[in-house]
Amino acid sequence: MKFFKQLLAVSTLAFASASFAQAEAPDVLVKRISKEVLDVAKTDKDIQAGNQKKVIDLVEAKILPHVDFQRMTSLAAGRFWRDATPEQQQKLTAEFRQLLVFTYSGALSQVKNETIEFKPMRAAPEDTEVEVKSQVNVARGEPVQLNYRLAKAPAGWKIYDINVLGAWLVETYKGNFAAEIGKTGVDGLIKKLAERNKQLANKPMKAAK
Amino acid sequence: MLRLAAGAFVAVALSGCASTASNPKDPFEGYNRAVFNFNDKVDTAVLKPTATAYKKVMPGFVQTGVNNFFGNLSDVWTAANQFLQGRPAEGLNDVTRVALNTTFGIAGLIDVASASGLRKHNEDFGQTLGVWGVTSGPYLILPVLGPSTVRDTVALPLDMKADPWNYKDPVHVRHIGTALHIVDQRAVLLDASNLLEEAALDRYEFIRDGFMQRRESKVQDGREDKQSNKDASSDKSSK
Repeated sequence: MKFFKQLLAVSTLAFASASFAQAEAPDVLVKRISKEVLDVAKTDKDIQAGNQKKVIDLVEAKILPHVDFQRMTSLAAGRFWRDATPEQQQKLTAEFRQLLVFTYSGALSQVKNETIEFKPMRAAPEDTEVEVKSQVNVARGEPVQLNYRLAKAPAGWKIYDINVLGAWLVETYKGNFAAEIGKTGVDGLIKKLAERNKQLANKPMKAAK
Repeated sequence: MLRLAAGAFVAVALSGCASTASNPKDPFEGYNRAVFNFNDKVDTAVLKPTATAYKKVMPGFVQTGVNNFFGNLSDVWTAANQFLQGRPAEGLNDVTRVALNTTFGIAGLIDVASASGLRKHNEDFGQTLGVWGVTSGPYLILPVLGPSTVRDTVALPLDMKADPWNYKDPVHVRHIGTALHIVDQRAVLLDASNLLEEAALDRYEFIRDGFMQRRESKVQDGREDKQSNKDASSDKSSK
């Protein structure tokens, strides 16, 4: 009995320490979810045929848990974030998240046989914010630059910005957000995002060619 | 007559500027928005449908061939700019690309160089000026040609002069080739532009901010690679 208790104690300790030990390194994480998502996108027949719901389900399952949308939204909203009510912040985050999911799923459904190459990550082990660099090798034209910014959170590393072709998402949306808020306020921006999301939900997705 | 036209032009330009508050990061915004709308009309009426039909109808290998052919021609000027930017390794890479693709790739139709590991780069004189320390200057949209900056617009005539296709004879073949090149470039961007329609709340601003970032990152791409090579070889970087 004692032995059994000891065994239990040791194994619990081992399990606990394993989960507290290194959260998955950021570049390992991005590599893994990229590979998983691409593998499914390339082989799943429904996704190749343009099934919007399936792509979105894939994105929600594999990628969204690793993205910090609130941080992304607050960065894009800039100085207007502080002046927004918690309810507005929540609504804005939700709508922006939905827009990005639609956009990303749209891009994902076009994937045919592109490959991703990751560049070595330059970060010190104690860094809490890193950049992971990769490129997508496409059939025609130069490779597409695809970089991620991640921050270390208690639950693991989370993506809070994406760079496509040299442009950071947050930076690029800042202008749009500021302009819209300037014209119609935070509520106006939320409304506009909601309308756009409704449009995108009803649009049929194009199949990969 | 000329004075009247000049006056009218100035009036239009100024009216454009007066209607919107002057944006420090986009001082030519009035003019830019006007050209943006004009380019959009040309694109919607002519370019996009042509490129869409081209993409749909032309066999894949023909599209790839066209893309490779003009890509090979652009590698020549890219190589020259690599050397101008003080990057002999990349310059040699691109010279070898041209050599391989022109011979084994049958006049550039097949991109054997990429298959053998020689990455494709893209450098133009505007980027070279940027590396030399010339800042981009304000955002400037060119009629038909699209987004640019003041610096890159100044560099454009040189880029055009350096394009080997510019010297292709007979002239009617040159024109057909140029048209084909434009359609090919537009076709390559079709999916991206469709995505842009969905993602952007205000296309003008989205394109402007995205383009300026991208342009700067293209100028910096050499320096970043140099930095990472330095970091790899030395123990501690001083950044």
